[in-house]
Amino acid sequence: MLARIASEVRPVLDGVFNAFYQYQDSFAFLVLSAIGLAVIFGMMGVINLAHGELMMLGAYITVGAARSGVPLPLAMLVAGAAVGLIGAIMEVLIVRRLYGRLLDSVAATWAVGLILSQGMLILTGPSIQGVASPLGSFRVGNTSYSWYRLLLGAVALALLVALYLLFMRTRFGLRARATIQNPEIARALGVDTARMYTVTFALGSALAGLAGGLYAPTATVVPFFGTNFMVEAFVTVIVGGANVLVGSPLAAALLGAINAFLAQTWGLYIARVGLLVTTIIVIRVLPRGMSGLVDRWRLRPTGAR
Amino acid sequence: MAAIASPQPTLLALDRIAKQFGGVRAVDGLTLTVDRGELRCLIGPNGAGKSTIFKLIMGAEQPTAGTIRFDGRVINRWPTWRRAREGLSIKMQIPGVYPELTVRDNMRVAAQNHIPMGSMEDETYRLLARVGLEHAGEELTKNLSHGQQQWLEIGMALSASPQMLLLDEPTAGMGPGETEETARLVQSLNAEGTTIVVIEHDMAFVRRVARNVTVLHLGRVFAEGTIAEIEANERVTDIYLGRT
Repeated sequence: MLARIASEVRPVLDGVFNAFYQYQDSFAFLVLSAIGLAVIFGMMGVINLAHGELMMLGAYITVGAARSGVPLPLAMLVAGAAVGLIGAIMEVLIVRRLYGRLLDSVAATWAVGLILSQGMLILTGPSIQGVASPLGSFRVGNTSYSWYRLLLGAVALALLVALYLLFMRTRFGLRARATIQNPEIARALGVDTARMYTVTFALGSALAGLAGGLYAPTATVVPFFGTNFMVEAFVTVIVGGANVLVGSPLAAALLGAINAFLAQTWGLYIARVGLLVTTIIVIRVLPRGMSGLVDRWRLRPTGAR
Repeated sequence: MAAIASPQPTLLALDRIAKQFGGVRAVDGLTLTVDRGELRCLIGPNGAGKSTIFKLIMGAEQPTAGTIRFDGRVINRWPTWRRAREGLSIKMQIPGVYPELTVRDNMRVAAQNHIPMGSMEDETYRLLARVGLEHAGEELTKNLSHGQQQWLEIGMALSASPQMLLLDEPTAGMGPGETEETARLVQSLNAEGTTIVVIEHDMAFVRRVARNVTVLHLGRVFAEGTIAEIEANERVTDIYLGRT
């Protein structure tokens, strides 16, 4: 009797686990692709088209460090730090001069991205030897799953929590929020807004570098590595809206479900179409993204409470 | 070129300041000094250049010519945030508060450069109490009355323990009761040693708080003196078409 129930329930549980696994995998991919882009867009209003190439640099640095003997987790952190530094230099040399000029900054960061990917192609050739995906796999039912992919889900959640704490609980976060909302008042209160922008751009770049490093073991590391992430990064940021802390997790939660379902049922191509169609619908209905909707609710007049 | 290095009563000195916006001279060779401990009112008809002068002092705008000295040092090239940290605080004409943050969070933003995190809660409470907002700490700032927002901004400016406080129309949009409260606040802050410069249109308020008044007209100092002298000056009356 018990054995019969078990044999009927087991496939259902396997299916549930499979759905969970696919969902958290999509969620992690969306969050990690987008997070650096979202920080820079949300906090500074700059669309960093070099975002994918910063992820690519993170992947190269991770692989380079790991192959020269640095433990893989440490190599990823080194990649984050190094790309953060590159971001700071990029802000001081280029982006700083283009605040308030959205299209100019888009063109300039795109140019930086082209230089980085073409430069990498010239320096290292069409691909380099990667690193193996760590941690191995496990089986549920008849399907094999990767521990590393589960770890990426946990890392994505941890990064979201860390960003929340950074922006809501620290002095840096207070200054950053004051600077976004009204730089003029922030300056009059003694906040060095130029430095806030540099640090924020470096933070967004570091997150891109770290994300690139995290996905380096899962893909072939090539100079155009970043293009793998750009669609997911942009749809997450657009659907999420300007508030990174609220928008990115909500957008990733929604899009992750759509992506996982469509990919599982009809394949990756249809999943990508589904993401873009969802994005078009969301910006038609909610021009300011999901965080715009949340803000409208949160900041409703007190009378409505 | 009388650069004096010894300690002096002058806290702020504007020397032949000019500011050109396109073809318009908003400030035209203005020279103005404010001594430590003063409570000075700047008055003048619309377009006299009053708010522009505050922007030049805080560094939101750069003068086309002239020098600005604060506490003996030329500050022309200092960024705004540095001026704020060195003792200049401003309450802007349009309340410079964050409408979508709570009152307490506004105070925290202002205080975080000047007050250690450990004493932040006590200090922000004390400052809110100073401007009469100790009960509104958790309120969203946009739900405060216009007058309360002005007081909040004064409280925020005070968190830096400024040497000089610039108040741009602190009673704009206030009723008589709030105006009286504001006058009391401004006077007591001055009595505690803060040098204050006020731009104000409300002559009753100016009469109530100021000892020294500077009249600006067409970007220059038109007249200077005690409130009695200024009110007795017929040429001042002439330029003030809208006087009540």
